Formats: sequence, structure tokens, C-alpha cells
Amino acid sequence: MATLPQPLVSTHPRTALPALIASVAIVAAAFLPFAIGSDYLFSAILVPVLILSLAGLGLNILTGYAGQLSLGSAAFMAIGAFATYNINLRLPGFSLLLSIIAGGVIAAAFGVLFGLPSLRVKGFYLIASTLAAQFFVPWALSQYGWFTNGDASGVISAPPLTLAGYSLDSPAGRYAYTLAIVAVLTLLARNLIHSPTGRAWMAVRDMDLAAAAIGISPGRTKLLAFAVSSFLLGVAGALWAFTYLGTVEPAGFDLDRSFQVLFVIIIGGLGSIRGNFLGAAFITLLPIALSLAGAAIVGPVLDPALLENAQKVIFGALIIFFLVAEPDGLTRLLDRALRTRSSWIGRSKSRQ
Amino acid sequence: MQFFLEVLIGGALAGIMYALVAIGFVLIYRASGVFNFAQGSMILFAALTFVNLVERGVPFWLAFAATLLILIASAFLIERLVLRPLTNRSVITLFMATLGLSYIFEGLAQIAWGTQVHALDLGISDEPVAIAGLSLSSFDIAATAIAGGLVIVLALLTGRTSLGLSLRAVAADPLAALSIGIRLDRVTVIAWSLAGFVALVAGLMWGARSGVQFSLSLIVLKALPVLIIGGFTSIGGVIVAGILVGAGEKLAEIYLGAIIGNGIENWFAYAFALVFLMARPTGLFGQRSWARI
Repeated sequence: MATLPQPLVSTHPRTALPALIASVAIVAAAFLPFAIGSDYLFSAILVPVLILSLAGLGLNILTGYAGQLSLGSAAFMAIGAFATYNINLRLPGFSLLLSIIAGGVIAAAFGVLFGLPSLRVKGFYLIASTLAAQFFVPWALSQYGWFTNGDASGVISAPPLTLAGYSLDSPAGRYAYTLAIVAVLTLLARNLIHSPTGRAWMAVRDMDLAAAAIGISPGRTKLLAFAVSSFLLGVAGALWAFTYLGTVEPAGFDLDRSFQVLFVIIIGGLGSIRGNFLGAAFITLLPIALSLAGAAIVGPVLDPALLENAQKVIFGALIIFFLVAEPDGLTRLLDRALRTRSSWIGRSKSRQ
Repeated sequence: MQFFLEVLIGGALAGIMYALVAIGFVLIYRASGVFNFAQGSMILFAALTFVNLVERGVPFWLAFAATLLILIASAFLIERLVLRPLTNRSVITLFMATLGLSYIFEGLAQIAWGTQVHALDLGISDEPVAIAGLSLSSFDIAATAIAGGLVIVLALLTGRTSLGLSLRAVAADPLAALSIGIRLDRVTVIAWSLAGFVALVAGLMWGARSGVQFSLSLIVLKALPVLIIGGFTSIGGVIVAGILVGAGEKLAEIYLGAIIGNGIENWFAYAFALVFLMARPTGLFGQRSWARI
């Protein structure tokens, strides 16, 4: 049975400090970018970071909290995106927001379906199920024209973004829309993780036999984790299509996207909520930083293929470095930095 | 009926090529419990290195030996820099480390040898051969013979030598193996070197069939269902599973694909694997594990 690193959340007594940081971060996210107000910042960095954080949160619930490894995150994102598109298109009275939520619910239903093998299969054998989803879903979406409304190219374009009659179709508007949804869902997920449901997930992750012995039903607990995880991934996929790209095609949700979400939670920290945001920021900023560094060192004539491969090597090495040096991810790193600071002002006792 | 048999046997033989890839997984999983996702990139790395040496005029066997040496050296580096610092860490952590490794192998291979497609001629022809009235590919038959030879060599090596005994001891109980004086680090390096050897053979066979190019590293996705059906710990199991998957895939493509649409070979093997897992949760021949509280 796969065992995972010790939970970060449950080993720490809750103190005022994380809550304070979280509120500061939310207030900063709500106001600071508007003060800077660059369209590039909104549409190329902040929106994808937020959406990847939400996707990371979804996968983290399944893998980091409930201990079920998944390599099919992008499949559930694709289901969310295409379900949202079709509900918005075909069902009158479904506003975009309502369609996104309904898309998440449909993704959750498929999450339960592909989670069913977890009742019988454990550990690495379970990746058969999520990989089946990963390869089956994009195939089905491009095979049957109904999903893309008969568009021959298989690429759908998103309708304009509006909320209660107001247009949010500017980069700042898209950011605000994404931020609101991600913030609300993160708060709900956080409460769920701190509830008996979340404790049951961790119990099943740490030892499912022992969890069963104290009266937790491992099957129901795992399926609930699949449902919640896929709901969040589905909403993230819908946002990816509607507020980030503006178009979406099945090929955009391939195995590489699933790995990207997996790297978000490895680098951010398994079993951590804050880690998803740190990991998503890291994953989004690293390629930008590497190309800037490459251009600065070698000049603009750098061969793009070489740059891409160099990025790959650096990326791979960084993943290994993180696993070796900081297995609990960026969130633990930040924790330690904060603890050092807070000990200066006499708070260290409450952190022990 | 003859067409059905040809598809069935052709598919089964093609499936041996998947098994060739999956054997590398089994070797590493048995010796160190690591689920090595980098096996596919090792195949790409090995094939690219070999084909570039040959194109630079290095004789076949010398190029083979040089590539093997590079793979053994990387086994040492991987043990020293990746696996040793991660001793006693969870299996998921180790799996993720091999994801990082696969990026490094892919990147390095293409930085060193470029990204163009190379043709590789091993002198094995790919022509239809008539056997017992059935038309089969001569290349597939050769691949089957090579895979069979590989399995026999590996079975003898892991079954009849003291090296094999220590490999199995480490797999059964690393702590007990340590306490009777087996060097864990050495066993790990040997297992990864053997997997490198298998990757080289698989890379040559796949490269000869479809050209040495980036897509070689994606064969890992074809090998995973084979591995899952066969069980992570059984070399014989993945051969049987390879035959099943290869035959099932070809039959499904022709008979099921006509009903639900083309291109199902991307996911069919995984759906197939799921059906098997429902009946046997640790594959056909995988070790059952006991759990207690």
C-alpha cells in the first residue's frame, strides 16, 4: 500500500498565524494586481496560477489527503470544460457560473465512476484506472462531434464572460471572476479537510485496514475523495477553457497537463492547501524565468529546441532536488522561514 | 477464420514488443520497489546514443558496448544521487523522482544527439512470411525470438546465480538482506544496469521498427497496461500479458473499432487491464501482499 509523507495540516495545532497569512494573501490577491494593472500579469500569470492551484487542490485531496495516486487529472478537467460548454450551450437558463458548477458535478460523477476500481485495487495498480480515464476521455470528446457541437476542428470557443449582466471580458475581469471562484472553493475544501470527512481521508491514506477497524468505510471514503477531487478538477478545467484560454480542445488536456498538476502538488507540498498555490506559482513562473535567463546568458539567438531540452533537464533535476531536500514541498520551506521570523517576536511556543 | 487467426497471432507477436519494454520495469521494481517511469526515456536515450555512434562509423558491437557502459554509469549516478538520498521514503516519492529522471534523460538525449529522426537497420527484414498458411511479419518473429532469449538469460541470471539470489533477497526484505551482508547499493546498481541493458535491446528493436525518435519514450505508456496485467514482479507474467494485450488490441481495433470508432488502441489496453484487475488485483502473476494492523 502506498504510504505518503506525514500530513502537514493535522500535525500542527492551528494558530492565528496561518489564518492571518491566508487573509493577507487573499486581500493582497484581491487588490494588489489591480494597482499594478498589467494585462500580461493578469492573463499570462495570475489566471493560470489560480486555475492550476485549484486543480492542484483537487489532486491533493485525492493523492495528498486520501492517498490514491492519480495520473488522470487532465481527463477530469476536460470533462468539466466540455460539460460546462455543452450545458451553457444547450440548456436555457443556465448562466455560465451555474454551468461551471454543473460541469464540476458531472466531472465528479465520472470521478466516482473511474474511482470504483479503488475499492478493489491498491497502490500503483490503481493508475490503470486514472490512465484509462486520461486516454479514453479526450478520445471520446474528439470522436463524437456532439461534444464539440459538430465543429470539425474539435476546438470550441468560449462565450463572452458575463456575470449578472456585467461584462467581465477584460483581463482584469477574468482574473476577478477566477479569483472569486477559486477563493470560495478553496475555503470550502479547507473546511471539508478539517472536518471528520478530511480526517477519514487521512486515516484511509495512512492505513486503510486500521481505518476500517475504527469504523471508517474505506470504500465510501475513497469514492467521496474521488468525487470532491474531480469536482474541483472539473471546475478548474472549465475555468481553464473559459477564463484563461477562451478556447478549448481535447488535446489541451493530455497526459502532460496531468503531470503538470501532479508537479504542482509535489513541489508545493502533498497534504497541504497553501502548497497548491505555491506549487502553481512555481510551475508557471519557472519556464518564464528559464527563458529569460537563457536569453540573458546566451542572447536572443538561442536555439528554441535546445532551450526546451535544457528546460526539461533543469525541471527534472529540480523535481529530484525538491524530493531529496524538501520532501514536504515549498509550503514547509515557507513554514520554516515564518517560524524563524515568528520566534523573534516570541511566538515560537505556540508552534511547538 | 484465417484473417482472424492472422490478426490474433500478428497482434500477439507485436505484443511481445511491449513486453520487452515492461521487463525493464519488473527488474527494477523487484530489486528496489521503485516504479521506474523513466524506463521509456532510458529506451530513447539508449537508442539515440547507439544510433548516433553507429552513424559516426563505430562498429555495431562497439557501439552496443559503449552505450551499455554509459547506461551502467548512469545507473551508478542514479543510485548515488537519487535513490540513496531517498532511501526509506514512500513509494510515491520514489515514483515522482523517476518522473524527474525521465525529463533529464529525454532532455540530455536530445541536447546531445539532436531531435531529428534516425533510421536504424539491424539487418532484420520486415516482410510477410507464410507459416502454416498464415501470413506473419518476419520482424515480429525475430522480436519474439530476441525477447525469448532475453527472458531465458534473465531467468537464469536471477534464478540460478548468487547475484540473482541477492536480488531476490533484497526484494523480499531489504532489512534482512542488509543484515546478512548483502550490499543494497550494489544490488540497486546491478538492477538498474540490467534494466538499462533491456532498455537498449528494446530501444534497438523499436528503433528498427519505427525509427529512432522522441516517440520512443512514449512506449512506456504502452508498456504500463502490460505491466499491470502481468504483475509488477513477474518477468514471465509480462510476457504473457504482452501477448494478451497485443492480441486484444489488434482484435479490438478491427472488430470493436468498426462499431465505436477508430483510434481506440490509445485506451483499449488500459480498459483491458482494468477488467483483469477486477479479477486479480495484483495482476496475473504479481505477488499478493499481506497487510496487518
